[in-house]
Amino acid sequence: MSPRKLVPIGVFAAFMAAFPWIVAPFESVSHYTDVMVFAGIFCLVTIGLSLLMGFAGQISLAQAAFFGIGAYVSAILTGRFGWNPWAAMPAGAVVCAAVAWIVGVPALRLKGHYLAMATLGFGVIVHIILNEEVEWTGGPSGMVDIPGLSIAGTPLLSETAWYYLVWTFVAAALLFSYHVLHSRVGRALRAIHEEEKAAEAMGVPVASYKVQVFVYSAVLASLAGSLYTHYVTFLTPSSFDLMWSIRFVLMVVVGGMQSLWGALLGTVFLTFVGNEWLQVFADFEVLVYGAILLLVVLWVPQGLVVWMQERLRLRRAADLSRSE
Amino acid sequence: MVSFDARSKDPILTLQDVHMRFGGVTALKGIHYQVPRGIVQSIIGPNGAGKTTLLNCISGVLHPSEGVISFLGRSVESEPPHRIAALGMSRTFQHVALFPRMSVLENVMVGRHVRTRSGFWAVGLRTPTMRREEAAIGREAKAWLDFVGLADAAHLEAGALPLGKQKILEIARALATDPALLLLDEPAGGLNARETEELGELIQRIQARGITVILVEHDMNLVMSVSERILVLYYGQPLASGAPDEIKEDPQVIQAYLGDEWAPEEGKPIMNGRF
Amino acid sequence: MDSIGFGAAWLQYALGGITVGAIYALVAIGYNIIYNVTEIINFAQGEFVMLGGLFAVFFHETCGFPMLPAFLAAVAAVALTGLILERYVIRKARHATVLSMIIITIAFSILLKGGAMLVWGRDPYRLPAFSGSGSILWNGVAIQPQALWVLAVSGTIVACLTIFFQRSVYGKAMLACADNPAAARLVGIPVRTMIFLSFMLSAAIGAAAGVAITPITLMEYDRGALLGLKGFGAAVLGGLGQFFGALVAGLLLGLAESFCAGYVSSGYKDAVALVLLLLALFFKPEGLFGSKEAAGLKRF
Repeated sequence: MSPRKLVPIGVFAAFMAAFPWIVAPFESVSHYTDVMVFAGIFCLVTIGLSLLMGFAGQISLAQAAFFGIGAYVSAILTGRFGWNPWAAMPAGAVVCAAVAWIVGVPALRLKGHYLAMATLGFGVIVHIILNEEVEWTGGPSGMVDIPGLSIAGTPLLSETAWYYLVWTFVAAALLFSYHVLHSRVGRALRAIHEEEKAAEAMGVPVASYKVQVFVYSAVLASLAGSLYTHYVTFLTPSSFDLMWSIRFVLMVVVGGMQSLWGALLGTVFLTFVGNEWLQVFADFEVLVYGAILLLVVLWVPQGLVVWMQERLRLRRAADLSRSE
Repeated sequence: MVSFDARSKDPILTLQDVHMRFGGVTALKGIHYQVPRGIVQSIIGPNGAGKTTLLNCISGVLHPSEGVISFLGRSVESEPPHRIAALGMSRTFQHVALFPRMSVLENVMVGRHVRTRSGFWAVGLRTPTMRREEAAIGREAKAWLDFVGLADAAHLEAGALPLGKQKILEIARALATDPALLLLDEPAGGLNARETEELGELIQRIQARGITVILVEHDMNLVMSVSERILVLYYGQPLASGAPDEIKEDPQVIQAYLGDEWAPEEGKPIMNGRF
Repeated sequence: MDSIGFGAAWLQYALGGITVGAIYALVAIGYNIIYNVTEIINFAQGEFVMLGGLFAVFFHETCGFPMLPAFLAAVAAVALTGLILERYVIRKARHATVLSMIIITIAFSILLKGGAMLVWGRDPYRLPAFSGSGSILWNGVAIQPQALWVLAVSGTIVACLTIFFQRSVYGKAMLACADNPAAARLVGIPVRTMIFLSFMLSAAIGAAAGVAITPITLMEYDRGALLGLKGFGAAVLGGLGQFFGALVAGLLLGLAESFCAGYVSSGYKDAVALVLLLLALFFKPEGLFGSKEAAGLKRF
């Protein structure tokens, strides 16, 4: 990474690290730390989805299902079988990876509309299972009293502790994904998106790569689900329904599909919209999501972050040409 | 059916009785052919003769309905394109198929994909092996850009290049896969006279590196100047095969081009310029 | 219920299956009409069904229209929604990539869903049957007259569409647009009008299905997605773009679902159609009646 890029990233990281301390003194915004924990959890999902949609060009309307599988595997293993949450988390990820692979191999042979419908159908099936397997999942009324997390014997109780834990996960996922994108694998994914037949002719195993990135996105969603479970300590299937899959897509699209930063900012923005600013208009929520999504796709299809980057670049270019 | 027994001691590519049918249409009607290692082999013929279909069959984009294609002694007619690329065959496309929003350099770097190994975990964790590999990919990609003369454009978006340079970039990307056999599908299409001349020189330099070239082309000047051997396809069948001079004189070829069954494109004379 | 023997139960499930199956078939036909003209899969198709039902409730119960005018008014209102979708959304995005187009119709669908929630709230609404509320007992099977109405409405729509596409100039023109839009434009077919018409027609058909089914199943704001998904299952199973295939596949899905609910588990009845959809997509994306080669030519 060039030093010029490192400066804004450093500033951003410092801001993120100081965030709980910045909002704490102010009564009206002190609970923003809690909102940011949720935002961080959702970021794990959308970072994976951004790789899948923005870079490899494959849509998935099943991310809420993977999020849910991770959450329920963690809840069942810790709540029923007394597993340590830190052991249940990778177990959930392995289950999710296996499911994603089994679904992904046939599904990713499909393109466009068919892939969207296939992932949509799969997501709804998982949601039905979560509702119906009452013995395991508690059915529509869900599960309660799921153990929380502890690190080295100390339970994580404060929102601030959770904030740092979750955002450490996000930072790790971001770094890993950034490295993937700036490598032969990332170039191959973008090549698949841009011109599949040429990518294949250059020796990129297109089908295998699509499945790999699908599995990666499912694993991140699963980790997010596990963290979510242990943070809120209760689960109902309604947190993992179709609308949530659409929300995740929306988060990626609003920020900008072809940018990890876009996914990050879109997610934080929409988490605040959903958890904070729209609470008063609970009945408007779906309508507002629909409207935002439609407006963004029609008028700023590249997403807000990418749009701003382009504007900045244009202005810089204009300044340069004027100064010459 | 005409069949050519152009056997050589060391063929890089052998076609045996290759048929390709699309529904009721037969695009290739039983092609027997061998391409010796190290030559520039051209394939010519009127539009619809099956040239691009044949290239697609060889490179694995299409699987022939019948017949055997062996490349470096292995039958590849049912292999997918990415495996064939790994075996050492690469190609360009009739209609430019670059990755338009990636940089010129990145396009060529994708060509190195097939010769590198690092997997998802390795690249995500930036292992030392992966870093060495990435550095090598960058070096080699730059070297190929130098080779084709596009080094100056390395950091431009590929889609922003003029068509002529896009065609050359496609060749550089294909070369980056270290092919033993390079398939060029109408590389001179849309190029002006000077660019076509440079393309001819480039093809000769590629051949000088020991890479066998199969060239599908309409530009007769280019074909006649760079090819060792020419195969003429006509309605999905080989009509004639031989050195450029033989093809020019071949009465069957002349008959085919001038006969009333087929009118030359845009009424141009055949052996002089495009047809 | 003791008097219902095994045979009668079987018939009862079959009848229920055919009734919902007819609805799935209508939804599938709605997908096919738009797909045939534009190659777009409209993810808002299910919402048209939901809106049809709720508008009928509005016109009949709230405005006090008699049933037939309420039915027609609901269909007209939803057709207008289809028109808005085409005119102000799809047309604006006609150069968008497939991925964007998917997201656009999804966005429109949740916009409709959110709007319906705002207007009608979260409760299910009932609509009286088109005629008589009691059931007819026949060979030990209870038949709701409304089920017959559903079949009658579906049958009429299928018959009208068949005539429309085979006989009328407009119908033939629409099919030509699907085949080759450039050529259609060359021979003077107004492609834009045809696209516009396809959205209205498909919305109207969805609405009719919604009105017909509401007296049996009630209707609420969030029913669209599942109806749409199952209808898409019927469209794929029948071969995308094929009307006859959609009809048969819709009925098959309805039967499968009804028998699953009856003999296996009622909770998983919704999953049946979805599992069949996935199996169809994974193993026979050209559909039961489509040819592989023709499917290869379609752009998904």
